[in-house]
Amino acid sequence: MRTKFIKQLVEEAHHDKRIFLVVGDLGYHVVEPFAEAFPERFLNVGIAEQNMTGIAAGLAMSGYNVYTYSIGNFPTLRCIEQIRNDIAYHHANVKVVAVGAGYSYAGLGATHQATEDIGAIRSIPNMVVATPGDPLESEAITRISAHYNGPMYIRLGRAGEKIVHSDMPQDFKIGDILTLKDNGQATAVIACGSILDKARQSIEEKNLAHDLYSIPFVKPINKMQLKQIAESHSSGLIIMEEHQKSCGAGSAIIECLNDMYASGELSIYPKVRRIAINDEFLPIVGSQDYLRNIAGLSL
Amino acid sequence: MTIKEIQEFAKDIRRTAVQLVHNTNTSHIGGSLSQADILAVLYSGILNISPETVDSPLRDRFIESKGHCCSSLYAALALRGFIDRNDLMENFCRNGSLYFEHVSHKLPGIELSTGSLGHGLPVACGMALGSKRSGNRYNVFCMIGDGEINEGSNWEAIMFAVQHKLDNLCVILDKNKMQALGCTTEILNLDPIADKIRTFGWNVIEIDGHDIAQIQDAFDNFRNNKDTPTFIIANTIKGKGVSFMENNLKFHYSAPNEAEMKIAMEELK
Repeated sequence: MRTKFIKQLVEEAHHDKRIFLVVGDLGYHVVEPFAEAFPERFLNVGIAEQNMTGIAAGLAMSGYNVYTYSIGNFPTLRCIEQIRNDIAYHHANVKVVAVGAGYSYAGLGATHQATEDIGAIRSIPNMVVATPGDPLESEAITRISAHYNGPMYIRLGRAGEKIVHSDMPQDFKIGDILTLKDNGQATAVIACGSILDKARQSIEEKNLAHDLYSIPFVKPINKMQLKQIAESHSSGLIIMEEHQKSCGAGSAIIECLNDMYASGELSIYPKVRRIAINDEFLPIVGSQDYLRNIAGLSL
Repeated sequence: MTIKEIQEFAKDIRRTAVQLVHNTNTSHIGGSLSQADILAVLYSGILNISPETVDSPLRDRFIESKGHCCSSLYAALALRGFIDRNDLMENFCRNGSLYFEHVSHKLPGIELSTGSLGHGLPVACGMALGSKRSGNRYNVFCMIGDGEINEGSNWEAIMFAVQHKLDNLCVILDKNKMQALGCTTEILNLDPIADKIRTFGWNVIEIDGHDIAQIQDAFDNFRNNKDTPTFIIANTIKGKGVSFMENNLKFHYSAPNEAEMKIAMEELK
């Protein structure tokens, strides 16, 4: 995912001189192609994420479209107030990019596991929250972000994820939900982030009678698409994500469904099962797959 | 402008600021008065900005990082025609207006909404770097407080500005020696602050922050300095200009009452 991100960002930067990449001393063997091609639009600020985020806001206020890049919780929770006040409140043209969604850096421990970031950032006004599910989504979202004039959070997995989509819709835009498999089943699985591939695998291997969707934006959500999915799956929805249950994609979807039902836009209130992290830090070490299973993140 | 004219302008800023907090019974007049002379110099020919050029990419940027001290900055902006003085006097902190009790970018002439301390300097660094990298030449001025510099984010930016030779960045430390619960030296003593900042590699200038000529000289020094950012330590008095407010922690919080207001206006004539 991060490979597609940097490749696409380099591509965009060739056409748009406003694109600027700021890193917090991370991105070894990732950011070099950008740094070499555009040294005047690249900056390593050092291990100082509050400063990195403030600098990004200042650069954006000077006319740049700025990407901050780091891993885990460093570009998000570590500097959440700079994201809120300096970027979001000023509607500064900054894209906050974090690599290592969920248990991507499983073995590095809870300090490096990004499992509350969606909740923290989606609650901030003006922020778009992008959660690509595979490398093609990562590429498409990077392209969209380069042309979007405003603040956005892009939550990437890491490297080596499988491509899940056979192709991406040409008219894919902010908020859209993507269909992976729609065979008219009674249950719809909506996966958020790189756990999408695990959802697909489980459905295939266990031969589950489920349709499959990816939700590449937790905020905003295309309400009409969500309504259509909810109303066409009589047995309900299963939302799967690698994030705390209390505040992630599942919460966002339920809020959206609830508001639509309350206002009469939605004709039925669907049964929603959430597969997410259950308000805990995992006490043991393990691979990403191992920790996903320990946390119960499987269909 | 002559020194005398700038002194009169500073007095006008002080009168307006005191009137604003009195009218609305709001806080932070002490820190607003301590920075008034510096604001008067900045808005008397130092800052390359006018009401007509607030959106120009080549304008100088001024960031008021100690955003709670908005009353004297609003006063300076009103007296220089960036905002309407009558509108300000009538609507400061009123329901539905844009005159927030901390500086707000919703108003013309204000670059950054601040109030949470330690945010201004990193953003100022970004703007200064933006000038260097884009070729749009301008200077960035950032006012910070001596209580504010407790915040660690300032020190990240202090390292950064030297590393990237931001000689178009000028920090003014309004060293009024008091913070929310008392004297800075008793809470988190950063003295000798000049030595500390100099050790980081900045061009450090220490002045009397109420002496107009010294303030002007410091900005001249900044403009002639190359390769290093400038850090002006302005020794000031919290509440300066109104005898009973000077060095009085009460006026970090309280507005003058009717009787105090009469004395203040008499002293600021």
